[in-house]
Amino acid sequence: MMGMLLVGIYVFVLAIFVGFEVINKVPSTLHTPLMSGANAISGITIVGALQAATTADVTVSNVLGALAIALATINVVGGYLVSDRMLRMFGEKR
Amino acid sequence: MSAASTVVAIVYLLSACLFIVGLKQMSRIRTARRGNLVSAVAMALAVAGTLAEMGLVDYRWILGGVVVGSAIGAVGALRVPMTAMPEMVALLNGAGGAASALVGAAFFYTHVVEAVREGTVAEIVGGASALTLFLSVWIGAITASGSLVAFAKLSGRMKGAPILLPGRHVLNVMLLLGAIAMGIVFAWFAPGTSLGATLLWALFATSLVLGVTLVIPIGGADMPVVVSLLNSYSGVAASMTGFVIGNNMLIIAGAMVGAAGLILTQIMCKAMNRSLASVVLGGFGGEVSAEAGKSEYQNVRAAGVEEAAMVLEAARNVVIVPGYGLAVAQAQHAVKELADLLGRRGINVAYAIHPVAGRMPGHMNVLLAEADVPYEQLWEMERTNSEIRSTDVVLVLGANDVVNPAAQNTPNSPIYGMPIIEAHQARHVFVVKRSLASGYAGIKNELFELPNTNMIFGDAKRVLQDLVAELKQL
Repeated sequence: MMGMLLVGIYVFVLAIFVGFEVINKVPSTLHTPLMSGANAISGITIVGALQAATTADVTVSNVLGALAIALATINVVGGYLVSDRMLRMFGEKR
Repeated sequence: MSAASTVVAIVYLLSACLFIVGLKQMSRIRTARRGNLVSAVAMALAVAGTLAEMGLVDYRWILGGVVVGSAIGAVGALRVPMTAMPEMVALLNGAGGAASALVGAAFFYTHVVEAVREGTVAEIVGGASALTLFLSVWIGAITASGSLVAFAKLSGRMKGAPILLPGRHVLNVMLLLGAIAMGIVFAWFAPGTSLGATLLWALFATSLVLGVTLVIPIGGADMPVVVSLLNSYSGVAASMTGFVIGNNMLIIAGAMVGAAGLILTQIMCKAMNRSLASVVLGGFGGEVSAEAGKSEYQNVRAAGVEEAAMVLEAARNVVIVPGYGLAVAQAQHAVKELADLLGRRGINVAYAIHPVAGRMPGHMNVLLAEADVPYEQLWEMERTNSEIRSTDVVLVLGANDVVNPAAQNTPNSPIYGMPIIEAHQARHVFVVKRSLASGYAGIKNELFELPNTNMIFGDAKRVLQDLVAELKQL
């Protein structure tokens, strides 16, 4: 158990460094779409939500799970579409 | 490890890599759109991997959630006007935070309450899961309610001015400590099946309140920084959810969003010359502005459209400083028409974009791109300021605080030290504005009183159309 947690912490810390490196020096033009795009990625929590609603029963966990799925999907679908709408406008001129 | 779960693990790894590649591409203009697509593919892979991992289950609840969420997300994304982008991002962010909090709660119900197991939460699901479950509910709920307040402030449903509760720092610290105490008791001390649920929802409620009390004292001008910071939180919340369910891919994606949000927050703070601490502690644009806003303007010279047209016609270099007021008046197309007209007469036209022009960093670039303004004509603040002395005419359209020389001359001004576009250094300044009302920071603009400044009162779009008509006659 402790082993898995440690691996998780390793992954967490390293991913933060990757995030810092990848995003450094973004032109200000891209700040708004980048924010909405990164936002869409945080909808990855949908992976957890899917695992929470796996039976047909009306239980608290299923209701919470379905609610979480709906909210995460709003985040994912809305985030990617809105970023694409903005970036499409930048792309056309290049 | 079975063959199937190995395949799923590799799909997750691939997904994590694609998130990194996508994010990298999104930070370059040329590849940004492709990067967004790559990131979306990564998300689709992650979902496919999860479904495969789960095997055959009953899909009714899942389908319901996905259909409802997709419909709301898609309609919202396709219909939101570009001017409302900051509040849209705030809302999406809130949805993500709430989702992470609810996943934590659902996990608790599945494995503790509905499994009817004895012991504390830590004994049942393991200490690591219990701790991160608390963290994902805590951070997720703060993100959710904080984002809603940010949304309300940005969309004008709530006044932008800071709301300063008496003893708010004490209150916040108490809420914070209360939430932590509840989390610890919830995870390690309370019997999971009985007291656990009560504590979980109490924690949820406390965190929601905390999200509100943390954001209401922060003024409207600082809201973009808050949204960016909350974006970072929602990533961390997702990452915590990854710990709860033991999924490394989730941890990676969430952590990267957390880091990206933090960097963007830092960049914004720098552009506004504000420290993150002073933003978070709030109160900016409070009492000070109420007083400064009252001081009367003296020696303001108004000008007509004809005069402005003549000066523009005689100019060589014209710089347009667009602000949010331009977008409110839906004048992006009108300004492009004017710029094109001037351009055809051999006048050099550029747009000076302050890093926080519009209502969030990069917002003005999006708004002008929507009106097909060529990317090359958008100048950053540094370039504008280095060429401002040889600029004949600066046309300020709906911008206010970002051209206020008080940021350089008046040490007791709340915006003192903020980098500005030095419009006052140009030979001639025309400010198109509806009235002398103050901008987002709520303070008087010294530029309006300078001898080289003329005000053109009116709606930006109308004024621009009149200018175009006038220039065509000249």
